[in-house]
Amino acid sequence: MKEIFSTASLADLDAHPIREQSVASMAGLSLPSTEDEQWRYSTLRDVLTASYQPQTSMPKVMAGKNDELVANPAATITIVNGWVLEIAIDAAWEAKGLSVSKEIAGRSQDSWAEDIFDYAHQAYTPQTLTITIAKGLAVEEPIVINNYHNGDAVASFPSIKVDAREASHVSIVERQSSSVSAALSVNVTAFDVAEAAVVKYLAVQNNGPEHIQLARIFGTVASQANLNVGLASFGGSYSRTRSDIRLAGRGATGDLNAAYYGDRHQVHDFRTYQHHDDRDTQSNMLFKGVVDDTAGSIYTGLIHIHPEGAGSNAFQTNRNIKLSDDAWTWSVPNLEIENNEVHCSHASTVNPVDDAQRFYLESRGVPPLEADQLIVAGFYDEVLQKLPVPQAHGAIASFVDQKLAARRREAAEG
Amino acid sequence: MSEKSLQIVSLSVAVEGKQILSDVNLTINPGEVHAIMGPNGAGKSTLSNALFGKAGYDVTAGAVTLDGQDLLALPTWQRARAGLFLAMQYPTEVPGVSLHAALQAAGLGYENGELSDALRDEAKRIGFAEHFLDRPLNVDLSGGEMKRNETVQLGVIKPKYAILDELDSGLDIDALRMVSERVEQATQESGLGVLVITHYNRLLAELKADKVHVLSGGSIVASGGPELALELENSGYAQYS
Repeated sequence: MKEIFSTASLADLDAHPIREQSVASMAGLSLPSTEDEQWRYSTLRDVLTASYQPQTSMPKVMAGKNDELVANPAATITIVNGWVLEIAIDAAWEAKGLSVSKEIAGRSQDSWAEDIFDYAHQAYTPQTLTITIAKGLAVEEPIVINNYHNGDAVASFPSIKVDAREASHVSIVERQSSSVSAALSVNVTAFDVAEAAVVKYLAVQNNGPEHIQLARIFGTVASQANLNVGLASFGGSYSRTRSDIRLAGRGATGDLNAAYYGDRHQVHDFRTYQHHDDRDTQSNMLFKGVVDDTAGSIYTGLIHIHPEGAGSNAFQTNRNIKLSDDAWTWSVPNLEIENNEVHCSHASTVNPVDDAQRFYLESRGVPPLEADQLIVAGFYDEVLQKLPVPQAHGAIASFVDQKLAARRREAAEG
Repeated sequence: MSEKSLQIVSLSVAVEGKQILSDVNLTINPGEVHAIMGPNGAGKSTLSNALFGKAGYDVTAGAVTLDGQDLLALPTWQRARAGLFLAMQYPTEVPGVSLHAALQAAGLGYENGELSDALRDEAKRIGFAEHFLDRPLNVDLSGGEMKRNETVQLGVIKPKYAILDELDSGLDIDALRMVSERVEQATQESGLGVLVITHYNRLLAELKADKVHVLSGGSIVASGGPELALELENSGYAQYS
């Protein structure tokens, strides 16, 4: 097998010792195998066959034009192939204490890296987009991040850090998109949510059909604070998001919801960790997805109630609709409970479209394909209502509609 | 055959290889109300499911025509569009799908805004609170609310023939009166032909049956006028089993 990453120069990147250290660490690593618990069920090996050139110099391409997701954003940031190229911040919010900047990579010397992609990110991420919300500041308009990838066999390493100070509020929507070329992006997004702060984050992924995205999300949530993460995943050939949410202070809450739809040969791969480190913490997780054609989805997740987590509530639900016999899903929720004074539940289902629902609609005169379309769109309704940043929900609904319309077209063409 | 009627001719239906209905014959003319009564397990719901082509209900013999059109040759949705309506005994919950969205996809021919108006008008006619119309189909509705929801759809879809499978169950006395009045009006306003499946005479207080049939053991064993329904209520089905 080829090396995953071609040799890349660090010359154009800000110097940081972690880069060289990480390059050295990568030398001994290869593509993770399914023997590794974090990569169990993963079919990445089947699709990641090329060698990717890290984007270690400023890209010359610009982002593709997108419709506005949100009117009057507090800030708009453009990231291309991992490089933060544009930051436009509303002066009024900046004056009140919203700061958006790019900082040198290397979040810290503490290594969070576990596999070759993590080390590659530490080595090659050009800058970290850092969003800081001052203590007590409630930013009323969402921040929009356009995260774009372009270029064949290019590897990019976007890095975003959100630092929500005490009792601050912020909403962020990140649109992840790419050209039709076969590129790889390794994304890392980290949230530090201080006491009584509220952070809402929605990632809307509609990458090009050959794009591979491997994302990690880290969240640390302090006492009485809330981190609400929403994932809407529609594009790409292989799209993985691993979320590690740590409820670190008493009364911290975390919400983690996802809507995904895979068709053709797409794979959506989700790993979640809900860590309850302290008392009276609460986490709610609902992932709902549809797979069609030969597409697949993987969900595995762990609720971990630590010994100090008395009084915690934790819920983990994954529901899937399989629209074709050749589509596949792995759905594996897990619990690890080290304190008995808690409420926890997990559930997972994989079903075709419900015959009784389809019959009901057909009995009103709705043709079967349209009935399926209504049922599938309706299936998402529950999770769409839970996703943060409602201003962007119209875009998500239209991605679902596009998928279903394509399905109807294909059926009509026989 | 082009005469206007719903004709069920020598219909036999099997479920999982077991014969449930044998040689059922019924002709429902426009504006007529036929009631089918019978003990549990007589095959009443099998008849409604078979008429709608539900999977698992195999027609082993016979024919069904709607105004001369071969109904059994059509898939379920085309049977509905041909003019047949089924008010289900247990309406299915369809999460996330509004009544409006469902009926918009049903090819009813309403122009912009007309469907919403029609839904509101029909809800008002049977005393069904408008806010229920915004709920996902049958989700978090009580039994009685589901039946009223079915009746609203009957009014909006305006079918030629309707099968009402235990429409009365779950309805309180006032709702029952309004719902049965509404169906009775449809028989007069648009010539709706009705096949009502019920255990009880109470539905027939407002919805006047022209004919009453006793279904027992998968066959129609007796037919008569409205007096038969009264007799059944008094003496039960023992003599027909």
